[in-house]
Amino acid sequence: MALLKESSADMKSNIKLIDARGPRFSAALTTLVLGLALVTQSTILIALQLLVFAVGAFAGPAKTPYAFLFKKFIRPRLRGDIPVEDVRPPQFAQSIGLIFATIAFLGSLLALPALFIIATGFALAAAFLNAAFDFCLGCEIYLIGVRALKR
Amino acid sequence: MKSLAPLLIILLLSSVFGVRYKRSRGEFRRKKTVNGPVIDAKSMGIELGSRVTMLQFSSAFCSPCRATKALLENMVVDMPDVKYAHIDAESHLELVRELDVRSTPTTLFLNGAGIEVGRAMGTPKRSQVLAAVNAIS
Repeated sequence: MALLKESSADMKSNIKLIDARGPRFSAALTTLVLGLALVTQSTILIALQLLVFAVGAFAGPAKTPYAFLFKKFIRPRLRGDIPVEDVRPPQFAQSIGLIFATIAFLGSLLALPALFIIATGFALAAAFLNAAFDFCLGCEIYLIGVRALKR
Repeated sequence: MKSLAPLLIILLLSSVFGVRYKRSRGEFRRKKTVNGPVIDAKSMGIELGSRVTMLQFSSAFCSPCRATKALLENMVVDMPDVKYAHIDAESHLELVRELDVRSTPTTLFLNGAGIEVGRAMGTPKRSQVLAAVNAIS
C-alpha cells in the first residue's frame, strides 16, 4: 500500500490501482457471509458467495457487489489520504476464494458435509485474516505455488 | 448436523495465526549458520554495497512489496555503504530456490562479501531496517 501522491510512477507503468480499503471491507463482508454459510450449512449462501468471488476473480475486485456497497456507503464517510494498491493481489485472492467456494458448493450439492465444512473453513480463514490482520494471501502462497509447479 | 463449533474453531485458530503473522512482519531474523551462497552483482543486477546490501524479492500478487520497495529505496539514499536491489521472484526461480525464499516481500541482508546475514519477511518498519543494518559490520 502506498499513498496516492507516491503513485505517479505507477500511472506510467499501466498498473491498475484501486482504493486499498475496498478489498479490506469486502473481506469483512465475505467473512460474515461465509461464517453464516458455515453455521447454517446453506447451499444458497455459499452459491451467492461463489458468484461474488467469480465476479471478483474475472471482472476484478472493484466490480463486486461488496465493492459497490463500499463505494456507495463506506467511502463517502472515510477521510484522509486514499491508500491505493495494485489490483492484482486482491484479484488473486478472489480467485483462490473462488476455488474454495466451488469445492464447498460441490460438497453441499453432493451431500458431503465434511468437504463443505473444510472448503468453506479455508475460505473463511483467508477472508477473516485479510479483514482482521491485513493478511496478504498472494504474498504467502503464490511463490510457493510457482516454485512447486515451474521447473 | 449444524453446529457453531467449526466456526469457532476456525476463528480461534486464525486469530492465533493472525497475531503471530502480524508480529513477525518485518522482523529481522539472523541466519543461524554463517556460511551460505555468495550472491554476486550479476545475479542482482547491481554492485554490492560496501557494508550491506538489502536484496528484496517481490511478486505480482503482493501489495506490501510496493511499500517495502518505497521504504528501502528511500532509506539507502542516506546510507552510502548500503545498497538496495529489487528482484522479481518469479523470473529468478533458481536464485529463489537456492536461497529458499518462500513468501514476498522477503528482504535479505547481505554483508560486504555478498553472503546472507539474515532476512525479514513482510514490510519492515524504518527502525527494524536500521537495527538490522547496524547489526551488520
